[in-house]
Amino acid sequence: MTPEQIIFLIVAVVTLVAGVSVVTSRNLIHSALWLILALFGVAVFYVLLEAGFFAVIQVIVYIGAIAILFIFASMLTRRVMQDTGHQSNKNWWLGALIAFGLLVGITLVLVNWQGFTSLAPVLANQSERLSQLGLALVSPDLYVLPFELASVLLVAAMIGAIFVAGEKKQ
Amino acid sequence: MNFISDPITFIANWLGNLLLSWGLSQTFVTVILKFIGAGLVGTFGFALVIFTIWLERKLYGRIQDRLGPNRVGPWGIFQTFPDMIKIFTKEYITPVGADKVVYNLAPILSVSAVLLTWAVIPFAPTIVGTEVNVGVLYLVAVGAIGALGIILAGWSSNNKYSLLGAFRAVAQVVSYEVPMVLALLVPVLLGRSMGVNSLVNAQSVWFIVLSPIAALIFFTSSMAETGRAPFDLLEAESELVAGYQTEYSGLKFGMFYVGEFLHAFTISALTATIFFGGWRGPWTEQVPILGVAWFFIKTFIVYFVVVLIRISMPRLRIDQMLNFNWKFLTPLALVLLVLTAVLDKAFYLVLPSLNLLEAAIPWVRAGMHLLLNLFIVIITVQLLKSYKIKSVQVVAKPKPIAVAPEPPASVIS
Repeated sequence: MTPEQIIFLIVAVVTLVAGVSVVTSRNLIHSALWLILALFGVAVFYVLLEAGFFAVIQVIVYIGAIAILFIFASMLTRRVMQDTGHQSNKNWWLGALIAFGLLVGITLVLVNWQGFTSLAPVLANQSERLSQLGLALVSPDLYVLPFELASVLLVAAMIGAIFVAGEKKQ
Repeated sequence: MNFISDPITFIANWLGNLLLSWGLSQTFVTVILKFIGAGLVGTFGFALVIFTIWLERKLYGRIQDRLGPNRVGPWGIFQTFPDMIKIFTKEYITPVGADKVVYNLAPILSVSAVLLTWAVIPFAPTIVGTEVNVGVLYLVAVGAIGALGIILAGWSSNNKYSLLGAFRAVAQVVSYEVPMVLALLVPVLLGRSMGVNSLVNAQSVWFIVLSPIAALIFFTSSMAETGRAPFDLLEAESELVAGYQTEYSGLKFGMFYVGEFLHAFTISALTATIFFGGWRGPWTEQVPILGVAWFFIKTFIVYFVVVLIRISMPRLRIDQMLNFNWKFLTPLALVLLVLTAVLDKAFYLVLPSLNLLEAAIPWVRAGMHLLLNLFIVIITVQLLKSYKIKSVQVVAKPKPIAVAPEPPASVIS
């Protein structure tokens, strides 16, 4: 086994355990911490795939922004230190059914996939890839429309947030 | 390449060849060398803190007309070692009702976030932990983990002052990340790269000359990220006991303490690297190890300024701190970023028709950017002046000054 495979196996186990613990943990803050560990594991996968940019963005966006928001929101909930209440409600069978269906679907799709056995192609020109991504985001025949749509959506969300939070002038 | 001019690369090559000759594969050797390098950089960071703690206490003492530490060793230089032993032997206190796992995790996160930064700082042309091609973004990402440590420390202590400190920390650290990232984008634009070492390579003219405003914004907002005076609201003694670290004792407190001092030194190193040319200096081409000396000279000069600011500035109020960030630094950084991008693009469009000497191009470019920065400074100062005049409101007419009544005529005559 190469070192990369060993690292992959360790990180995969850690990520899966963390992912399970997110839903089984009885404390909200602990769940958020397990989520951070799981997201960090995904960032390590990006590094192993030689996508350093996505790894760093994963850490900035998910751990730096979203996870901190989660923790902050759960700090504001009452009695967060106490382990009370049931972990499931009466619709648990529906959720289990949907999850099982999803698992079956993914297995059916992936069972004939060749990607498991083939090695990743060696990417040429490592330093150019970042600028290629940047150019692709703004080039008219590639992704400029989705990119601009996402920008408009974010601006709308930001203006809405400022309006909601803003001081009401009488 | 020989031992004198470039010892680190020499030793790494020697060790790598030794391990290869023992029959290990190339990938395993790389992994082992990276692990050793990571351990060395981390240990080096901690060893540095032993010195900077003494330096800062000494400077602090001198400014306040005290001697500072002066008992252990010459000029008290070994004072930190007894302090370390004292802190190692202290009792760990865990408050009742604290969340034990999180409580113990927080100091570790807080220190490791700072140490992780050192992975991408280039000490010399050849001595770099890892040359990540998104190094600048990596710095931002690591900063986010530090914020996490502070929040968890404040929350898990089960203490209202700790929690208030953590709330302030979120308000401060997360908000000051915005101007810091925007200011970091300016060197990225100017250097055409996100790798830290390639940014140093691009600084044939230091970026502080090209964009002093960006340097200032970056410096200020990273000062705020460290949470030291004048931005030490998250541990304001007079209001919050010690903020998020109130309940910590022994080595766990020591980790926050070391993390804070190391963070202050790290931001100096980053400022020196990104804006003051890092390891650049005379003769670094021939003798790469000399770059380490230039790097540390520049870093300690910036660190001196950091300490001076910490010693001499009073603490800001929370509304002043947030207003300064959102109403001053962020708009300024946005304007600077847009104008720098436009100017740089325009310069390279006009360049072929100018017939400049090859050697003069960076200097002409630096002059253009400096002029732009001066222009922005003048406009900003004018705007601030007009804002200040508007904000001063005349509430009532000035009251007449009390005048003594005229003395009766009999007294005059």
